[in-house]
Amino acid sequence: MDDLALINARLIDPASGVESHGGVLVRDGVIADIGPAVRPGALPADAELHDCQGLVLSPGLIDLCAFAGEPGAEHRETLRTASEAAAAGGVTTLVCRPDTAPVVDDPAIIDFIKRRARDKAIVNVRPSAALTKGLNGMEMTEFGLLLEAGAVFFTDGPRSVMNAQVMRRALIYARDFGALIVHHLEDPNLRGEGVMNEGEFASRLGLTGIPQVAETIVLERDLALVAATGGRYHASMISCSGSIELMRRAKAAGLNVTCGVSINNLTLNENDVGAYRTFCKLSPPLRHENERLALVDALNDGTIDVIVSDHDPQDVETKRQPFGEAANGAVGLETMLSAALRLHHSNDIALPRLLGAMTSAPAALIGSRAGRLEVGAQADLIVIDPDQPYVLAKAKLKSRSKNSPFDEARMEGKAVKVIVGGHVIGGLPTRAKVACPKNPASPF
Amino acid sequence: MPRLRLAPIRPIQPPSMTYSGHPPVTFSRKHLLGIQGLNSLEITSLLDLADSYVELSRQVEKKTSSLRGRTQINLFFESSTRTQASFELAGKRLGADVMNMSVGNSSVKKGETLIDTAATLNAMHPDIIIVRHHAAGAVELLSRKVDCSVVNAGDGAHEHPTQALLDALTIRRNKGGIEGLVVAICGDILHSRVARSNIILLSALGAHVRLIGPSTLIPPGFEGLGLPIFTDMKKGLEGADIIMMLRLQRERMSGSFIPSAKEYFRYFGLDQEKLSVAKPDALVMHPGPMNRGVEIATDVADGAQSLIKEQVEMGVAVRMAVLEALAGGMRNG
Repeated sequence: MDDLALINARLIDPASGVESHGGVLVRDGVIADIGPAVRPGALPADAELHDCQGLVLSPGLIDLCAFAGEPGAEHRETLRTASEAAAAGGVTTLVCRPDTAPVVDDPAIIDFIKRRARDKAIVNVRPSAALTKGLNGMEMTEFGLLLEAGAVFFTDGPRSVMNAQVMRRALIYARDFGALIVHHLEDPNLRGEGVMNEGEFASRLGLTGIPQVAETIVLERDLALVAATGGRYHASMISCSGSIELMRRAKAAGLNVTCGVSINNLTLNENDVGAYRTFCKLSPPLRHENERLALVDALNDGTIDVIVSDHDPQDVETKRQPFGEAANGAVGLETMLSAALRLHHSNDIALPRLLGAMTSAPAALIGSRAGRLEVGAQADLIVIDPDQPYVLAKAKLKSRSKNSPFDEARMEGKAVKVIVGGHVIGGLPTRAKVACPKNPASPF
Repeated sequence: MPRLRLAPIRPIQPPSMTYSGHPPVTFSRKHLLGIQGLNSLEITSLLDLADSYVELSRQVEKKTSSLRGRTQINLFFESSTRTQASFELAGKRLGADVMNMSVGNSSVKKGETLIDTAATLNAMHPDIIIVRHHAAGAVELLSRKVDCSVVNAGDGAHEHPTQALLDALTIRRNKGGIEGLVVAICGDILHSRVARSNIILLSALGAHVRLIGPSTLIPPGFEGLGLPIFTDMKKGLEGADIIMMLRLQRERMSGSFIPSAKEYFRYFGLDQEKLSVAKPDALVMHPGPMNRGVEIATDVADGAQSLIKEQVEMGVAVRMAVLEALAGGMRNG
């Protein structure tokens, strides 16, 4: 494999927070050299040279929560289209959700996803596995065998495990394997028939609200269980100040807990629902602007660890419905970076911190060798033009579904070059379109 | 952190008239989807027009021809007796061809039915569609899929604009005006589209609206509207000119909001004793259908202070006015 040199870049290593000018030399899919020494004249003769023209060079984004359609929902998304959407958005590793059909609760399905991803996907795909069999919330899955097969963590996707005993045993058993448990926070009884954030706006629209306590009650219980068991726990997406306060206290108490936030909750609020826009019907729901501001603060002070796209492709028929009857979810892989850069442009969050929540922090949670700019790290890299303006057109989205809450929104900044495992796969003219070599023996 | 507020609930004010001889501002919208967004002049002109149709409806010869040749479709996804009959009569008295479609809401894929039905009906070139649907926002969704005028006859717990208009007309004819009146809206406000439309309309015309009900049936966040909210019905009724009772919508209650109809009647049912707290000339209203003995006692419902039957009469007149106003918009292109 030829060397690849990216020169004349503004290097941002989110893990260390160090910003410098220079280049990165990639050899055999890993970073071989980094810094000002990587410059024309000091490179191997056969290196493929890319001039970044002073743009930001960052590790590729890692998304812990994306629905990739396979198996069973190929009409909404496939590993191929999900990975193309990811690449277009600068996401070089996506963790796919286990709430497929069939559910990812068996090592054979992990194996299926890995083989499909190897043959079809143009970015890294890491499967997560179900926490309970069939997502039924009652019986835990085979953590050990699933980990061996390649699962990165255990989650029931969009469902919350309501039986505290099941959760407690799962946390205890997972401890033996060092497995991470990721949990969605929504008490189905408190949600009831709720379809958006509870409050004056929902009441004016005549829609039933989802109270914040539906989220905090599950988080508070989980944190109590973590304190009692010592398990490793990650709250998938928090959306309100009550949850932030709980996480703050749990971290101060030294619990092994982390949490994420959806890019939607960071950049949109309940008023975006407007006149019953179903693309803004999400779980967790978009909250009041004050809650959004609290989430931004919590991301800044480190209470929130990661940002996820919460990529959830939905076809037209499940979204073109009255608000209360439409499905939850929005596509996000392609827009996560651009939307997050809004927080950079508004001076709310510094760029290294913002990128860290989408690179080094999720990498640490799933034990990935990517997500850092350092010698020996996996060469998943992106070049970001933080100022490039564009208007999002949903017809141009790579995802098979077009349910983006940012349709027709003015965006600023995007990934202009994407490198996965040392191969350039997007942006400027490249030599290889598909990074992963096709297995000739593959039946697919 | 600053407490961010939504825009006040009062409707948009009309442009001020700067010269004499200005033509009266009429209702020139394509749809009537809700009271929200209407200005007080539009509301008043609809009420003035409705007044003239009250007299017409009391004559032996009740028919005019202003909607002759027009097709009106009543599309009811939720069962209804009085509203559907009222719209049907209103259309027929104006000379329109009226077709009733009652679509059961048992179908699993309701939304598909809604949009598909809208497209199908649209292809038949109706001039106006009256829609009732169990989901908030469904009527607005449908209005975006058809070319003709759409009237909201109730969408979920969102709005029921013609009910608010007929209530306002009833009050205006009995009290001579609306401004300054104390109006107590009592009962199941949470599930009530009638309450939402009435709050907006009556506030716009200068009434002092109060809300009365158990806390589980007051919509979350409504304390932010700036209206007095009472959980003690007697305190809430003190000095009231108008008492608007709401139906307890037990069919919409999936959870436990109140323990029993018996307890509800004890604290929130309107009987003679509670009525005596209001002004002596207070008038009682109810959008129907009534649960006698649950939210209202029979002797109050049928008593001298009750306007309930008059509300039904005003309903036809108001709906004639709405149809006529929308048809005017059609004529104007």
